[in-house]
Amino acid sequence: MTVKPLASPGTGPHDADILRMSQIRMKFGSVEVLRDVNLTLRRKEIVGLLGANGSGKSTLIKVLAGFNSPQPGSVVRLWGEDLPLPLNAARIRQMGVAFVHQHLALIPSLSVVDNMLISDTSRRPYGIKWRAERRKIAALMAEFDLDIDPDAMVETLSPVERAFVAIVRAFAELRRSDAGRAGEGILVLDEPTPFLSVADVEKLFTVLRNIRSTGASVIIVTHDIDEVLALTDRVAVMRDGRLAAMMKTKDTSRQQILDTIVGRAIAAYVRAPRPAPTKRNVTIEALTGGRCKGFDADLKAGEILGVTGLIGSGFADVPYLLFGAMQGSGHIKIGDTYLDAENLPPATAHAAGIALLPGDRMGQGGVGSLSVTENATFLALPRMRRGPGLSHGMMRRATAGLIADHDVRPANPDADLGNLSGGNQQKVLLGKWLAEAPKLLCLDEPTQGVDYGARQQIFAALDHAAAQGMSILVASTDHEQLAQLCDRVVVFWRGRPVMTLAGKDVEKDRIARVCLGSGLPDTETPHQTEVFA
Amino acid sequence: MTAQTTHPPMARTPRAWKKDIERFALLGAWAVLIAIFAVAVPDTFLTWRTFSSMFGSQAVLVVLALAVLVPLTAGDFDLSAANVLVFSAMLIAVTNVQLGLPIGLSIVLAIGIGALIGAVNAFFILFFRIHSLIITLGVGTFLQGLTLWMSQSRTISGISMDLVEVVVIQRLFGIPLAFYYGLALALIMWWVLEYTIAGRKLLFVGRGREVARLNGVKVDRVRVMSLVTSSTLAAIAGVLYAGMTGSADPNSGSGLLLPAFAAAFLGATTLYPGRFNPLGTLLSVYFLITGITGLTMLGADAFVQSLFYGGALVVAVSLSQLVRGRQPQSFG
Repeated sequence: MTVKPLASPGTGPHDADILRMSQIRMKFGSVEVLRDVNLTLRRKEIVGLLGANGSGKSTLIKVLAGFNSPQPGSVVRLWGEDLPLPLNAARIRQMGVAFVHQHLALIPSLSVVDNMLISDTSRRPYGIKWRAERRKIAALMAEFDLDIDPDAMVETLSPVERAFVAIVRAFAELRRSDAGRAGEGILVLDEPTPFLSVADVEKLFTVLRNIRSTGASVIIVTHDIDEVLALTDRVAVMRDGRLAAMMKTKDTSRQQILDTIVGRAIAAYVRAPRPAPTKRNVTIEALTGGRCKGFDADLKAGEILGVTGLIGSGFADVPYLLFGAMQGSGHIKIGDTYLDAENLPPATAHAAGIALLPGDRMGQGGVGSLSVTENATFLALPRMRRGPGLSHGMMRRATAGLIADHDVRPANPDADLGNLSGGNQQKVLLGKWLAEAPKLLCLDEPTQGVDYGARQQIFAALDHAAAQGMSILVASTDHEQLAQLCDRVVVFWRGRPVMTLAGKDVEKDRIARVCLGSGLPDTETPHQTEVFA
Repeated sequence: MTAQTTHPPMARTPRAWKKDIERFALLGAWAVLIAIFAVAVPDTFLTWRTFSSMFGSQAVLVVLALAVLVPLTAGDFDLSAANVLVFSAMLIAVTNVQLGLPIGLSIVLAIGIGALIGAVNAFFILFFRIHSLIITLGVGTFLQGLTLWMSQSRTISGISMDLVEVVVIQRLFGIPLAFYYGLALALIMWWVLEYTIAGRKLLFVGRGREVARLNGVKVDRVRVMSLVTSSTLAAIAGVLYAGMTGSADPNSGSGLLLPAFAAAFLGATTLYPGRFNPLGTLLSVYFLITGITGLTMLGADAFVQSLFYGGALVVAVSLSQLVRGRQPQSFG
């Protein structure tokens, strides 16, 4: 099957359709965000919903959830019944559509049971019988081969276990719904995977396949093409508010999906070849803290070093330890400055020429309720003085320059940072640090939640900075990104750096395999490490 | 004027108009209020004496509201501020009247102890990592006890007339000097918050502690400074309070806490909407006192004060939320 032309997307009505969304149109103010979208879902089917940031996939999901009201003329048909618009959120759930949003909506300081019961509104005339509830939840977990203690606090669970709790909770909700009595139901997952490691994603998929085998259907919204290929039966691709294509997964390919998402051929960013850097710039010795144990590295001026591994293997702590954002120990020599990683205040690290772009953009990187200008110039304020006070004119001009250099959209210095898309937020925050011209720039998952186009722009900006002599350290689980960007990649296993890949070994599949523990030197294999640990 | 410095002329989109309406709504409401009272009670309301007394009498509240605004911007609450005010006024009365210290020394002592109280607040909040609401509530109540103890629960009068002289007796354009102290403080604070790095750091610490820390801000130091500043300003408000009447009353001043917070929150709906700002706070204090003065002249009882403070706060903040499409607010 090939990509269908825009005029007739979808595979047409089908008898097994349980959900049919047709001619969905939606406007925010005068901007059309959904233009005549048609989406169908069948019984016992997993559909992947893909698209770049801003393509309308989240808006479409919100229409289904009853948060967004579409234009008149849009039709949502669920189990053969045309529903009145806008959809009633409570009724949709009652009919058997359950949602798991990216942030999972769990309360960390409460137990699994407490969290599971939040959405359970069934009548309990004699009050909650806690022991029976715990048994019920344990049984439900066992159905999916999950070993999660109902009494555990959610904050003590690993990220994937939290995702399981949210998904099992949604599944329990389906069972209680009207459709659930017939074994049916629709589970909608909005980007559940970005915080999960490869192995955990596989576990998650097993659970989703089990859910499908009970008779339910799943819609999964994601950025990751490989995940879609591995999991789904059909793929829906959104682009510019339209359904660009609806394809059978087994008849399509990675390249075809990619081409459909971007619409135009965006060339993946390819580094210009340049001579191997030689001038030593940063030396890291015995960096330890969090889960990371004993990381040593030499970074040359202009070198991009990747650190990776499975989630929890310790690599993710490296940027934070180097910047003093996290307690640890070890030594850092940067230029002619020696730093002790123990009790290193971020202000000192900054003064020595280290920069950190954290992974949690709105929690650690920038303030969403302040403007782009205020965020972008915060580090540069000492240079923005005229006389005794700050010059707002200089701040605005500097920001306008940053916006132009990094193609930030919308190009409005007064917009609140929180109203920008993930990719544009990241461009602003990266631009802020690049303007400081640090000697060492540390990044944690720099392109998480960033769409394809913005990602290439960020790579180009990083590469340009490296060409100017900046050393860059990138912590990421995105192997493709590391392969595109890095001169060398250090792979962590259980807290320790176990292998350094360089030259043509810096390649996606090779990195992925080493992360999973294959190809490590004998004494370093997972099994051995455990024995001698 | 402030609006133009931060927003140079650009295309006036409908949204910009909406923002301007929000920004100056309170100013307009104040004008409307004055117009209403001018029509209703022209002979008594529309006189220079009424206005000069309104301006002069509220200086204490202005300084106190500006005091609590500093930690509010940094994300902390200072509930001890009004108690610091009373304590400081009482300290001046006791040292000046009963112990016979010169008034200058009394004032320096009161302000110094104010700063010390701020340091105590900061120590407990930051060393033990306890929410500021709890510590300042405790410290404030403790100070109230000290004040009553120190004064034997009596009003102490007879504070040096030198202080009273420079606070209310001397006038400029017919308005007691106290007003200008409040005005000057508001202008200085506006400049510090908008045009200095310290002010920007304060704002970032309030909006995102972790963001500030990872941008190299020494967050704890900023919070200490904000709490010390708050208590110091509250002590200065206490000096003005003592200078208003030349006496110190151990009880009535603590009633200023809620009006001070009301003015700070009301101020955050105007001039720089969504942000605690000194000029908006100043405007709010005078908006509130105008309403109260006018209603009193129309024959309302003393309770109208609380009715108006509370009612105006709730109504104004709700209206400002309607303008912004009921978005959740993040003050700071």
